Amino acid sequence: MKYVWLIVFFPFLGFLINGFLSKFFNKKVVAFIAASAIGLAFLCGLVTLVKLLAYPPEARSIEITFYSWIKAGGFNIEAGFLIDPLTMVMVLVVSGVSFLIHIYAGEYMEEDPGYVRFFVYLNLFVSMMLTLVMANNFLLMFVGWEGVGLCSYLLIGFWFEKDSASNAGKKAFIVNRIGDFGFLIAMFIIATTFHTLNFKVVFEKAPQMFQVGSGLITAATLLLFVGATGKSAQIPLYVWLPDAMEGPTPVSALIHAATMVTAGVYMMARCSVLYALAPFSLGVVAVIGCLTAVYAASMALVQVDMKRVLAYSTISQIGYMVLGCGVGAFAAGIFHLMTHAFFKALLFLCAGSVSHALAGELDIRKMGNLHKKMPITHITFLSATLAISGIIPFAGFFSKDEVLFETFMSHHNVLYILGLIGALMTAFYMFRLYFIAFRGESHVEPELEKHIHEPSWRMALPLCVLGVLSLIGGWIQLPFFHNLKILGGFLSPVFHHAHEISKMEEASVSVWLEGALMTLSLIVAGLGILIAYKFYIKNPELPKRLGEKFAGLYKLLFNKYYVDEIYQMVVVKPLYNLSEILSIAVDQAVIDGSVNGTGRSLMGVGGVLRRTTTGYVQFYGLVMFLGAVILLLWNLF
Amino acid sequence: MIPLNYYLILSGILFTIGIIGVLYRRNTLIIFMSIELMLNSANLTFVAFSRFLGNLDGQIFVFFVMVVAAAEVVVGLAIIVNLYRHHKSISADRANLLKW
Repeated sequence: MKYVWLIVFFPFLGFLINGFLSKFFNKKVVAFIAASAIGLAFLCGLVTLVKLLAYPPEARSIEITFYSWIKAGGFNIEAGFLIDPLTMVMVLVVSGVSFLIHIYAGEYMEEDPGYVRFFVYLNLFVSMMLTLVMANNFLLMFVGWEGVGLCSYLLIGFWFEKDSASNAGKKAFIVNRIGDFGFLIAMFIIATTFHTLNFKVVFEKAPQMFQVGSGLITAATLLLFVGATGKSAQIPLYVWLPDAMEGPTPVSALIHAATMVTAGVYMMARCSVLYALAPFSLGVVAVIGCLTAVYAASMALVQVDMKRVLAYSTISQIGYMVLGCGVGAFAAGIFHLMTHAFFKALLFLCAGSVSHALAGELDIRKMGNLHKKMPITHITFLSATLAISGIIPFAGFFSKDEVLFETFMSHHNVLYILGLIGALMTAFYMFRLYFIAFRGESHVEPELEKHIHEPSWRMALPLCVLGVLSLIGGWIQLPFFHNLKILGGFLSPVFHHAHEISKMEEASVSVWLEGALMTLSLIVAGLGILIAYKFYIKNPELPKRLGEKFAGLYKLLFNKYYVDEIYQMVVVKPLYNLSEILSIAVDQAVIDGSVNGTGRSLMGVGGVLRRTTTGYVQFYGLVMFLGAVILLLWNLF
Repeated sequence: MIPLNYYLILSGILFTIGIIGVLYRRNTLIIFMSIELMLNSANLTFVAFSRFLGNLDGQIFVFFVMVVAAAEVVVGLAIIVNLYRHHKSISADRANLLKW
């Protein structure tokens, strides 16, 4: 257990080696170093998991501190790692998915002049993400939190010569700063109340020091949630994620779908004890999560850029995870996080494979009938689409159903219905994507048509692995049978305290109810698929007619509810104008004025006084003489 | 014996002549001579006080002053020679470049 630091160290080593020594390597070596660094981290993670499983379930929370990082009076922060089931799930998901994506990117980025830079950033990202999930205190977590934000910024703006890319990077960074601000204040509150930032100590002290519903904890958890809305792209800070698609596709898959954006969900799960103490915050979390899930899904309905559809779908799916946390079912949220990492990474990688074949084309109106020429991409994409739509027995079915089931069981009926509507839209827009891009008639330009090809094994292998995971990833948490909920059982020691506080006893649910709800969500998903089929295969004219009939609604959705424009008008423009005023009135007038004024007045005085320097040596002599006389007289009288 | 005051008055007169010479005359050689006059007026007081107080400290100081004056003459005359070479004149008013 002493050696868990290797998990973070290997990606960082890869970052250093590629960052400083890449001059001596060719592209193959660079890709090999980057991928093997992640692979080694994954292996270390597996070893740690095996070791952790050797402990009895209650003892599976091991803190390893390395050194005293900050020491001021009684306030002491020990840098170290906390190894428990939640951390292990995150570590394995992060390192496993990023390992596959590194292999994929090795070929995908082949032609790019920034090949080395790409892998350097990617390795740094992984080491930061692993720091985030393994940290034993809020501050170290914040280091990882900011680190992944930085890497996200660098990678969104990877093609910084393009204006849109560099702007998207800036947008992501600034929007995230707003969220980070909330995180920081929450951290201050925790530090002043508990005099420590260590997770274990805080979570042990909190139930003893505070009653359920205490104002301080509510404030802290709400502020933490502000941080989560920034990082995990929830209402109202989700706006950066669709623009983040300017980055290379492997980045979208890794950072903006599978790992970084789920950091907020992880953070809330980590603080489950605090959230359990603040039912109001939980309510807010649940409502925001559910609204985001539906709202983002509605925007995904009409987008025509493949990656943008997937981006909105990501926001929507994270909404489900947040909803899961909000209803107190943290394990369900983490479960959905895990399956989502598989199928959403896969969807993005398939999108990358398609754009690779079509020379960078991502507009789905210029695709169609790709399934014949790209069988592997087609079959894996279908697998992921079925998973996200929630079709049994694919992974997404189990996780999404569990989130919705828990929502229903905690008597949030409105949220449950909204969640079902979101699921309907999810099934619809995903199959819309599938039908338009892979079925139907081909709209590919004839010039490109000839070049359509399946990628080589380096890109195809991650697709296949993730495709299989999208199928079987959900089987570690099967419904109905209590002893088949492997993930839930594994995670239960972590969330045990939170459940105790909120007195959520494992209600004995009748099998009939569970089965009925499950059938309902299956019917809903099937309905979504059926509508998509009607719209885009049977009757391709229908969507156009509908779009014309409901032109207003269509325009509203297509323009993403004009939220970007509203933010621009309400927040960005006034701030910009204020800065302009401050720049002229305060900076230029007052500050520059005082600085320049000091200089100018000194020059004026000097201009007068320099006249006394005549250059005539006898004048100097006279002054000296008079001075001596004055001194003499002064002394005498 | 001549009283001390007489020496001091003579010395004061010499010193004043020296000051006026330095401040009024434009010819650097004359200024130079006036400086020597001031030094020697100081020497005179030294010697007078030495005699009056009955110890030799003042007379020793006079030797020092003479040495310094000799050294000063060396440097000063060199400057004057250079001044002449530069301006073809030794007027103090011509050497007025060290100013604003």
